[in-house]
Amino acid sequence: MTLSRTYTVALMGLTGHPIEVEVDISDGLPSYVLLGLPDAALAESRERVRSALVNTGAPWPNRKVTVSMSPAWLPKSGSSYDLPIAVGLLMSQGVIAQEDRRDHILIGELGLDGQVRSVRGVLPALLSAKKAGIKYAIIPEQNYQEAVAVEGLVIVPVDTLRTVIHYLATSEIPERALMPLSSQQPMLDLSDVAGQKSARRSLEISAIGGHHLLLIGPPGTGKTMLAERIPSILPLLNQEQSLEVAAINSIAGNWTPSREITRTPPFVSPHHSTTAVAMVGGGTHQIRPGACSLANRGVLFIDEAPECGNGVLDSLRQPLESGSVTISRSLATLTFPARFMLVLAANPCPCGKFSGRGRTCTCSSLQIRRYMQKLSGPLLDRIDIRVFVDAPSRVEMASMAPQESSAEVRTRVINARNIAAERFADEEWQLNSEIPPSLLRKKYAAERSAMNILHQELDLERLSARGFHKVLRVAWSIADLSGHSTPTSVDVQEALAMRSGMENSG
Amino acid sequence: MLKKSRNIEFGAQGEARVAQYLKDLGYEFIAKNWRIHAGEIDLIFRHPDGRIIFTEVKSRRTEAFGHPLEAITSIKAHRMRRLALAWLILNDLWSAPFRIDAAAVLGDENFTIDYREGIA
Repeated sequence: MTLSRTYTVALMGLTGHPIEVEVDISDGLPSYVLLGLPDAALAESRERVRSALVNTGAPWPNRKVTVSMSPAWLPKSGSSYDLPIAVGLLMSQGVIAQEDRRDHILIGELGLDGQVRSVRGVLPALLSAKKAGIKYAIIPEQNYQEAVAVEGLVIVPVDTLRTVIHYLATSEIPERALMPLSSQQPMLDLSDVAGQKSARRSLEISAIGGHHLLLIGPPGTGKTMLAERIPSILPLLNQEQSLEVAAINSIAGNWTPSREITRTPPFVSPHHSTTAVAMVGGGTHQIRPGACSLANRGVLFIDEAPECGNGVLDSLRQPLESGSVTISRSLATLTFPARFMLVLAANPCPCGKFSGRGRTCTCSSLQIRRYMQKLSGPLLDRIDIRVFVDAPSRVEMASMAPQESSAEVRTRVINARNIAAERFADEEWQLNSEIPPSLLRKKYAAERSAMNILHQELDLERLSARGFHKVLRVAWSIADLSGHSTPTSVDVQEALAMRSGMENSG
Repeated sequence: MLKKSRNIEFGAQGEARVAQYLKDLGYEFIAKNWRIHAGEIDLIFRHPDGRIIFTEVKSRRTEAFGHPLEAITSIKAHRMRRLALAWLILNDLWSAPFRIDAAAVLGDENFTIDYREGIA
């Protein structure tokens, strides 16, 4: 038999498609033809596979080799097809017994010496393979850590092509210990922050409802410090969510062999010089998730937001609305999840000293206006909570009293979220920030007196229709925190103040 | 100079071995080393069924530099096809059926012949 079949997975975004790799050896001049829309990295597989086979001691067929990957219309990229092609060649030459192995998938890049090297996207590929009814997955041992997270699949971690041959001949799964987890990053804690009472409260409320946040304050007052601590007060992710986060990281290649699948919500802080493509995802040959997808289920923090390039922040408007990013390229159209909490930080003016009475600020009013205009109206309209972070007073700095820790805040956040979850038991969403507008005006309206306040704001054109709904959503989070069954006028007042950023420190 | 002539001799020996191989198969010898300005055809035989067989022979002492037939690139295979057609035209066999083969002779004293039919 000179025709053999092996199976693998092609990733399109987070979705994997089962791929059949056929290897046929026929008479004719020695040649190697690869069919099924391979990209450059895949076309180079010939040389890797050949050297790997020869250096493993296996024969290379000096005949006409045809490799066909079907479905043929699906563009295939990357080096993860090396292993299925190599095993197909071994089967076609009779080195490995010809067997129907459609319950096995093979993923891995080959080194010239026959080593099996790690590839990106193993986790999402295995999740799809499991759905497609695959039972065994032969994967590079460096990807073992992420692969074992997929339950219901037998994982066969391999280090060399020889191990693969041994496994296929004997069905003995190579022993592989889980890596010792990389030393736990010391979790940043809110107790490190001195004072900042109002900022703390804003953080807590935004954590409850998943509201977007803008921190304004002079340099060195702790905007970044506060933002970095948001994941420590968010509830831990559940199994499904943490797998989703890990799968996106796996595609992006942010994976080291010892990285564990963490339940802490991600915190992503792209530099302000980042491009729109890096922010939302993209790429010509291989479409990769951007920062806002990496921040899915967590926090996307952009420091010095007004310094961002034109259009970079505005590219976030669509994911902010829909909770996902759709990237269209000539190759394919993909959708990545992008449900994140946006946290922007900005100085009050270009020189950064315009706070308090602004005595030391050297900026002209025009400069200040231009600076803030970089944050476009439509984007600011999507920010629920604005908070001024001022330098802590000398009393706060000198205070020896212990500051409230993240654990305490997280307990309150979880309690408030549970109240909300109970209320939304029959709905499709769980967070206050996700209540649809129409229901906010009826089923989930605030108390009558509170609604009156909002209607008045609308009359005075101080609030957009979107703003109206946003204030109500924040008011719900405040109500959940204070134990009110419906938002009261006090809650709505506070939410209004938070939206306009009038609430000052202290 | 000496080395080069030795290689030519080795190549000629390989061609003779393949010629013998084809004779043993019952093919009828027509010509060897047919050369025009565009190139050379190593062996030309007639198959028992009448087809003209053009054979390119590659000889190697070892496989250290790859399989002999790997030296036949698609461009060379295409050139063989043009040469074959030229031969047919010059011999007034315009539409005669024909086939282009390649043979690899591997080794010196103990040699093997790897014969591939219909390569181009």
